[in-house]
Amino acid sequence: MNRRDFLKTSGFLVVSFSMRDVALAQAPQPGRFDGPGTPQLDSWLAIDSDGNVTAYTGKVELGHGLYTSQTQLVAEELSVPLARVKLIMGDTGVTPDQGTTSGSQSHPVNFNQGALAQACATAREALLQMAAQRMGVPAAILKVDDGVVNGGGRASLTYGELVGGKKFNLTINPQAKRKPASEWKILGQPVHRLDIPALATGQFEFVHNVRVPGMLHGRVVRPPEVGATLVRVDEGSVSAMPGFVKVVVKKNFVGVVAEKPWQAMQIAAALKAEWTKGSGLPPQSTFYGYLRADKQSRDVMTVNSKDVDEKISKSAKLIKATYQHPYQMHGSVGTSCAVADVANGKATIWSATQSPYPTRNTAAMLLGMKAEDVHVVFKMGAGCYGLNGADTVSYDAALMSQAVGRPVRVQLSRKDEMAWENYGTSYVIDQRVAVEGNGADAKIVAWDYEAWTPGLGGRPGYNNPGNVVSGFLAGAEPAPFAARPAADPNNYANNLNIAPSYVSGTVNGRKGGTGNVASERVLTHNLRSHFWTGPLRSPERLQNTFAHESILDEVASAVGADPVAFRLKHLSDPRLINVVKKAAEAAKWDARPSPKKGAAKSGVVGGRGFSCVLYEGNNGYCALVADVEVNQDTGVVLVKRFVAAQDCGPISNPDGLRNQVEGGILQGMSRALNEEVTWDGTKITSIDWRTYRPLYVGVELPAIDAVLVDTTDAKADGAGETAITLVAGAIGNAIFDATGARMREAPFTAARVRAAIAARA
Amino acid sequence: MDPTTPLLYVLSDDLALRGPKFGCGLGQCGCCTVIVKGAPVRSCVTPVQTMNGAEITTLEGLGTLDKPHPIQKAFIDEQAMQCGFCLSGVMLTAKVALDRNPKATDAQLRQALSTVLCRCGAHTRMMKAIKRYQREGVRA
Repeated sequence: MNRRDFLKTSGFLVVSFSMRDVALAQAPQPGRFDGPGTPQLDSWLAIDSDGNVTAYTGKVELGHGLYTSQTQLVAEELSVPLARVKLIMGDTGVTPDQGTTSGSQSHPVNFNQGALAQACATAREALLQMAAQRMGVPAAILKVDDGVVNGGGRASLTYGELVGGKKFNLTINPQAKRKPASEWKILGQPVHRLDIPALATGQFEFVHNVRVPGMLHGRVVRPPEVGATLVRVDEGSVSAMPGFVKVVVKKNFVGVVAEKPWQAMQIAAALKAEWTKGSGLPPQSTFYGYLRADKQSRDVMTVNSKDVDEKISKSAKLIKATYQHPYQMHGSVGTSCAVADVANGKATIWSATQSPYPTRNTAAMLLGMKAEDVHVVFKMGAGCYGLNGADTVSYDAALMSQAVGRPVRVQLSRKDEMAWENYGTSYVIDQRVAVEGNGADAKIVAWDYEAWTPGLGGRPGYNNPGNVVSGFLAGAEPAPFAARPAADPNNYANNLNIAPSYVSGTVNGRKGGTGNVASERVLTHNLRSHFWTGPLRSPERLQNTFAHESILDEVASAVGADPVAFRLKHLSDPRLINVVKKAAEAAKWDARPSPKKGAAKSGVVGGRGFSCVLYEGNNGYCALVADVEVNQDTGVVLVKRFVAAQDCGPISNPDGLRNQVEGGILQGMSRALNEEVTWDGTKITSIDWRTYRPLYVGVELPAIDAVLVDTTDAKADGAGETAITLVAGAIGNAIFDATGARMREAPFTAARVRAAIAARA
Repeated sequence: MDPTTPLLYVLSDDLALRGPKFGCGLGQCGCCTVIVKGAPVRSCVTPVQTMNGAEITTLEGLGTLDKPHPIQKAFIDEQAMQCGFCLSGVMLTAKVALDRNPKATDAQLRQALSTVLCRCGAHTRMMKAIKRYQREGVRA
């Protein structure tokens, strides 16, 4: 047995955390193809004798329109009508392993020169070659229309006649030519989403609607406090209840299984389980200070020009501020759900996971099975926005099904979802910016960033089921945490937008940033979190960008410069500069320094704010203007209008992109104004929609204008996380413009706005 | 059947309907909404025993894929959703509000939707779809 087989076939307990094992864990896994997916063309496409195309993708639909845009891509590259394409997503039995649908990577991965797009281009060229041979004409003269290859005159062959039902037996050709955007008829069009009619009429099968013969219903029983462990469970307390099937216990994992959902809920509520006391939690009121004082940190230096202290000591003016961002939750509107059928040495899990193959492998570890004996079938869930409870509930269902030998459906309670999900993490960020000159002549001379942020767990990946709560309770450990000092960076890695857009990002003499501030230092202290954390739409980038775009605004105000002109002066990336200009122009930006002069000191006042980002440092450009009204007596902020400009390369579906920009902005507004995870001394207290209150549909809505920049000669970039990244910065800057009060802690609740107004200079 | 069972589980599990969904189980989000006697009912907190003999309309009871109800058509035309999980709450609540008052003002519509949740931020499109339905679809 070699190492890989050992890892593949053994249970999760063998995953210890020496460096050798970490290296092993990162090695390619069986069935997994690093990078874009498998090179075998037949794993991506099949064409039947009627010329119908079945395409297979590892990138799944999360409510963001990827099912439709990928179908457009296949139809376009193969020159067949949309209706001829059937797309299969995220089924470990048939689709390629493309890892996780996340990080705004689906558009880059599947729509550029690789993976799904390149598979289609390879197939098209192969079909033309076959037709050329059959017709005895050069491939160059052939035209394809609606899946029929025309050779001039009356010679024509359909795809079905050429390859129907047979395999291509080819590997993907990296040189196969993609169709240029200028020839697109389907891609680039505002095609209506193919799944919306079924959604609108209540016909759509969510994972919540999966029904399997003989299916039972499970419910988890989580610890009452963070860090509590199980002492004993009294099965007799519930065994006589109607529908009772079993109490399932595995280390600290407790679940109950019953015939019907309502029975399972009642049994879970009645079960007598004894737990130890929890580990205790630091007070929320002083939490940011607690983070700052935590010396057990894993430090990362993103960039360090080593002259920052000197520049700052010599500078005429230093602007300093601290920004604070809370834990926030995905808070999916439907709680997470999965159905598992574990019997006779095989398992099938119907799951809304973003990571079908990784979930297969990690569920297998928990079940003590081989990965190839576990089959994960993706079914859409409620919008997840990142790592919600989809993976954890997949483990819940699998563990309970294994224990009872029958299919089990588990849907989490609202509280179990909210109290134990992997939150978007909290941040404390110190910004110090040295500046010289005034007004239009002002120039930043040094930028110093230092942040403290806690983490625990995260995506399970292929090896770490303990990164989410169920895997941990059942005995797996989260990925290890070890404190260590920062090393000098080898390259400029700004995937988390830790560094602001305005620094040069120069490491080893190479400039990697989008700005021109050469004196730069960016240091992050990663800490151990009490709560589970993980990617939440624009993870880390949103929190960092709030701090960057706010301090930039503070500096501009301190030197009396217009915030847009001041940004442009410090940016060097032409496409970022372009979206800044486009947004300002579309918003009819009122060029002047902030705050607005002569505003009343009470009552309702208005202002405008700006922010911009190159998402992940290389994956989608966006700029945003917010117009707000602030009631200075109540502290209530009303956003009247957003204007966004977005450039994510060639636009695959303009209406889908617009929907993402609009949705990102409103979700960002909800996070900027309302959302904050709360806790007491032992447990999470934001456990329902009264204690964690996002924007309801009936709120007074801002107008949203989106300028879509279609850059067809660039690579396809991500589009779903750009706008949301900018909202807190734009609104905070607009509040300052209106009132002169600076918001340095999110969310901007009415109480915080009132406090900032009371404290303004 | 236990007569205290909330209506939702009878609809979504015993009858395998796909429209009404469990969102919170607390009557706070609207995902489980059905229409009973012209009123929106949160089926997750409504015991089935109180529904004896009642006619219940779910999202799939409004229209079909081939013949969507005008409010469903308005949501399709406006592409007014992302994940679509919340649609029973949004559409059925809006439909009832406009059935009761076809000339409802924006403020009245907002009031009706003030207890309905969408987490994808499709609010703007949803309001556009509801206004389109108000203009084109409601029988006054």
